Amino acid sequence: MRALLLADDRTPAPVWARVGSFLLALVVFAGIGAGAFALLDYQWQWRLAGSYWRLFWDGWVTTLEISALALPLSCLVGLLFASARRSPVRPLRDFSRIYVEFTRGTPLLVQLFIYWYAFGQKLSTDYRLVSGALILSLFEGAYISEIFRAGIESVGASQLETARALGFTRGQTYRYVIFPQALRQSLPPLAGQFASIIKDSSLLSVLGIAEFSLAASQVNSLTYTTFEIYLSVAVGYLILTLPISLWTQQWEKRSRFET
Amino acid sequence: MHLSLEALNKSFGTNRVIDNVTVDFGELRSLALIGPSGGGKSTLLRIIAGLETPDSGGFALDGQRVGADEESLRVHRQHLGVVFQAYNLFPHLTALANITLPLEKVHGLTPAAAEEIARETLRRFALADHAHKRPAELSGGQKQRVAIARAIAIKPRLLLFDEPTSALDPEMTAEVLDVIEELKDEGHDFLLVTHEMGFARHVADRVAFLAQGRIIEHGPAGELFAAPQSRECRDFLARILRH
Repeated sequence: MRALLLADDRTPAPVWARVGSFLLALVVFAGIGAGAFALLDYQWQWRLAGSYWRLFWDGWVTTLEISALALPLSCLVGLLFASARRSPVRPLRDFSRIYVEFTRGTPLLVQLFIYWYAFGQKLSTDYRLVSGALILSLFEGAYISEIFRAGIESVGASQLETARALGFTRGQTYRYVIFPQALRQSLPPLAGQFASIIKDSSLLSVLGIAEFSLAASQVNSLTYTTFEIYLSVAVGYLILTLPISLWTQQWEKRSRFET
Repeated sequence: MHLSLEALNKSFGTNRVIDNVTVDFGELRSLALIGPSGGGKSTLLRIIAGLETPDSGGFALDGQRVGADEESLRVHRQHLGVVFQAYNLFPHLTALANITLPLEKVHGLTPAAAEEIARETLRRFALADHAHKRPAELSGGQKQRVAIARAIAIKPRLLLFDEPTSALDPEMTAEVLDVIEELKDEGHDFLLVTHEMGFARHVADRVAFLAQGRIIEHGPAGELFAAPQSRECRDFLARILRH
């Protein structure tokens, strides 16, 4: 019983205690939510909201597509700007700095409109989703470049020197010595950023891209079943973000090494 | 090897670390650099290792002057084996991969050939059982022996040891010094920066005493330790051998 309630970080807890404690916390969390809704005296109309499942599904799939494009793309953008930041060419470093400061200092919504009316509009509607994902990647890439930069800087100067002493080229040093170690450092903040990308994709609705949250607001204007819809939407986003969080935690464990 | 330094200068800011050093050590198998901290031993080793470029002057190895541009320095570094005080293994790689990585990427060996050499080298240093351990799982002495294995696996023309035992306790120091002595017996040429005077005397053909950025004196190990010519070297040895 004591193991269920109190954590002792010096000894690992038995499985039953960990599962039991998790379930207990989950029940309390759900209880608080259920209690709050019970107080509202709300008339639930799951059937009505559910009759629009097709719209939800299409929106969820669109969000999945945007995320599938934006996750690797924003990593690429991040890698490019993080590398530029370490480049021997000085103006390239400054360009990267200016870009990152501009991007992190202004709201995504504002950038969406600027990029969209400057470039995206000229594209045919077929490319709407792709250009939306691209703008999102340019935004998130700035954050990811800072995550990578911190990771690269966490690798000690002695590692660089050792690679040099062994006769590695600059490119090889980064590829085989710096990046593998930097990536390990970058994983936890990267997982958080990935979840942000998926959540931020909801802002693409302002460009008329029929992603998950736009679908939800459409159904809401038809049925006024706000809670049914947005609780479902919350679950829909969790289905996308939770696996990423769990996957990166696994990956982190696997690539763990002490320095 | 034949090592000669020519009007070598190196400053860090206003601090002159190597002060116009010209010397021809002649033909020798092993050279130990000794002297007080901050005297320029490690900087000299790092210049010869191609890790630091001198402000002026240069050095020649076996009669060939080593260029100061990055590309010739990189080629120069490829044929040296450097062992650092803090081992400097790659923490994300196993002992085996620490050795195979430079063999494959710098020297162009196939993965199979690289692994064979790496396993062979680890076996020599009684590290075969540790091939798949990461550095964090090894003791200090084991780490340094893996680092030495990595350095000799590429068949370097010259080994450079930069205070290889300064981070080790006495037992592990003995372990590493035994390995260095073995390498000498096998005919590897090396340059050694050390505070282990007994070892320097025992293992080095020649010893050079550095202080204030200059080589105050150098000579055969036995002679230099038995009868140092300069007052600086006499004082240094008296201080260090008192305990």
